[in-house]
Amino acid sequence: MPARTRRRTTGAALAVALTAALGLAACGDDGSDEAVVAPADNPSFAAGTTMARLAEAGSVKVGTKFDQPGFGLQGLDDKPAGFDVEIAKLVAAELGIEADSIEWVETPSAVREESIERGTVDLVVATYTINDKRKERISFAGPYYVAGQQLMVRSEDTAITGPDALKANPAAKVCSVTGSTPAETIKTYLASPSQLVLFDVYDKCADALRTKQVDVVTTDNVILLGFVDESKGAFKLAGEQFTEEPYGIGVKKGDTQFCEFVNGVLAKAGSSGAYEKAWTSTAGEVEGAQTPTLPTAAPCA
Amino acid sequence: MEAVTENLGLFGRGYLLSLQLCLWGLAGSLLLGTLVAACRVSPVPPLRAFGTAWVGVVRNCPLTVVLFAFAFGLPEVGVNGSYWWLGIAALVVYTSAFVCEALRSGINAVPAGQAEAARAIGLTFTQSLRSVVLPQAFRSSVPPVGSVLIAMIKNSAVVGAFGVGRDLFSVGNSLTSAQGYAALPVLTGVAVGYLLLTLPAGGALAAVERKVAIAR
Amino acid sequence: MSSGTGTTRTTDGTPDGTPDGTVDGIVAPRRRTGRTAAAGAPRATVLYDAPGPRARRRTLVGSIAATVVILGLLALVVRRLADAGQLSAERWGPLLDPSTEEFGQVWRLLGLGLRSTLTAAALAIVGSVVLGTLIGVARMMLPGRTRWPLVGVIELLRGLPVVIAIYFTSRVLPDVGVDVSGLPGPDGLWYLVIALVAYNMVVIAEIVRSGVASLPRGQREAALSVGLTPGQTMRIVLLPQAFRVMLPALISQLVVILKDTSLAAVLGIYPELLNRANRIAQNLDNPIPMFITVGVIFIAINAALSQVAVVVERRVSRSTAHR
Repeated sequence: MPARTRRRTTGAALAVALTAALGLAACGDDGSDEAVVAPADNPSFAAGTTMARLAEAGSVKVGTKFDQPGFGLQGLDDKPAGFDVEIAKLVAAELGIEADSIEWVETPSAVREESIERGTVDLVVATYTINDKRKERISFAGPYYVAGQQLMVRSEDTAITGPDALKANPAAKVCSVTGSTPAETIKTYLASPSQLVLFDVYDKCADALRTKQVDVVTTDNVILLGFVDESKGAFKLAGEQFTEEPYGIGVKKGDTQFCEFVNGVLAKAGSSGAYEKAWTSTAGEVEGAQTPTLPTAAPCA
Repeated sequence: MEAVTENLGLFGRGYLLSLQLCLWGLAGSLLLGTLVAACRVSPVPPLRAFGTAWVGVVRNCPLTVVLFAFAFGLPEVGVNGSYWWLGIAALVVYTSAFVCEALRSGINAVPAGQAEAARAIGLTFTQSLRSVVLPQAFRSSVPPVGSVLIAMIKNSAVVGAFGVGRDLFSVGNSLTSAQGYAALPVLTGVAVGYLLLTLPAGGALAAVERKVAIAR
Repeated sequence: MSSGTGTTRTTDGTPDGTPDGTVDGIVAPRRRTGRTAAAGAPRATVLYDAPGPRARRRTLVGSIAATVVILGLLALVVRRLADAGQLSAERWGPLLDPSTEEFGQVWRLLGLGLRSTLTAAALAIVGSVVLGTLIGVARMMLPGRTRWPLVGVIELLRGLPVVIAIYFTSRVLPDVGVDVSGLPGPDGLWYLVIALVAYNMVVIAEIVRSGVASLPRGQREAALSVGLTPGQTMRIVLLPQAFRVMLPALISQLVVILKDTSLAAVLGIYPELLNRANRIAQNLDNPIPMFITVGVIFIAINAALSQVAVVVERRVSRSTAHR
């Protein structure tokens, strides 16, 4: 779904299912109309591993965002849709689990580590930037995508040319989402902390940019592209991306086998084209979004 | 506990900002609440209807919805302002309905015989209002208005979620969500901050009440 | 939002709590004065006498002026909204037009949200009444200093913003190992309910205390003198009567709780009405219509509850008047 699923995609009530099906039909792949990849047939795993447990149970609990257009946004049909959701479906498929048997759990930024630690979820795919602080509590598979933070401004704005212009324009208000990595990162570029405005979702930032309540919206570029695409020329990106945000898949700390399994799934999806399809049917639908190549996985620890 | 000690400056500034928020809210809601109360008890029917509608709508709406109307609704119709002032305006509007009802309860508490007696001895309308009715009404309004204002202090925490930022609530939110501090010490710090606002306010209120108390 | 729920001086109920016209339980009877004014004209109140011809003329002029100003402001708001494209069929269709494909989905989601809101409010009011009664009774029956810790806890809980309490339960409870996943329903529901109960139980404890205090002294004395223990007196004689008196205040507290459930949306922990509306707005790009709708739903429910409280209040005061 383009950053803002909105009428276009949600109008097609079957949302992901349908999009995925279309993607598949176009590519003439296997016949499943649920996920990009059909579930594996009775895969076998070493006894005692997380994979064996999940395959045995036939279901998996996946933590994702429910409010992140393009990556994980709960549609009107109650199901989340987006790139993260498709990645999780790829993992589930390799475990022999149907997309329908995935239990989606909403994991906002603040509770992701905790949800993994407590076992509320088996894995988290939720625009989850890999960093050392988080690695103290959980393990990351991946990365499966590398985003970069960028700025979005109104099209007529010529003053804000990049993050370094923010100090020179102390009256400019910058909007981001409470508790997000971009919100923390941008702080070092601001003339004063009062420049920063925080909301719970980026939609509100985009609305505030349109109504001139704020002058800049900042987050990962692919999310911004969705807004630019939808604004019909009212918004544009300003300057280059100034960070690298590798998105990983969170699993229980020390579960190296599961982590390596997930990395294996990603590698397979990367070479089979399933990864690319997951992208183009969701976040990649936005005009101007570049289809990424699968980043090299970091070793599991 | 280092979550609090390391960020004492942040907490302190958050506290001061919340205090400012409350003081503006206090002044604004007393003013607006009095105006709405004047409408509600005025002899002009449309004003009374307006006052009643104001109270009925605002009081039955969650503060979150009122805040939304101000932070997003107003800019949508071309009324721009900083989120700080929009947030204060929302808090003032929301609290004004309760202030209005508290004041009205004070007016209703004045026995009608008082005004009748005032008129009977020949006082004019303004005289009777100024020296008989309003002083009594004011005194019996103090406890309920005080409760409303203390509730407002607590409600000011919600304003932090609407783009204001850096108040006590936002400080807690940012420390726990983005910087990964443990929730317990941070939130305890935030809670203590709010108690440092509400408990003294309660004490001040009790003192005022003792001062204006009337025996009936 | 927990507004105005009383501080310690309890006998006067709560300003926000009590419904229109009965604010505070200290309402003086509003008598009509002898000279009945013409029909439709304002009757005399404590503030002003029944108007004479000149005052009526002035009132009429004032009425017309006020009506013009109020309608003008309303028209301005509507025009501004229309200019901003907020009244377009595209934004309102999914809410109002059953022929749009989103209509069914949107109202299904709003229905789910409303159910979640009502569930949380119902659990919270029941929990608050049960625990609040216990606390209120304990506060009345504990001797001297032993009630101090209790009073301390009550004051602490009462001074805390509800949104902070919800934040606390949703973030700290799991950290310290309190597991609510065994309870039915999503975890967020219980975090919300626990926080709402923590705040509202102390408010209700005060309502209970003032309810019992409002009973005639003879009730307690008579009960004790026929040989009931203090506990029995409380349980059999005082509390049942106090609850009758308290009923309107309890209904009003339900209104407060209902509104406070929407605080969960600020933290996004529970899919109640406002949270659902947020999500729908994200999908359909119609935040203003969604929030107007949510506001109307809340106002309708709460206004109805307030009416119930008024009716109950009247019944109670009628029946207790004959006692």
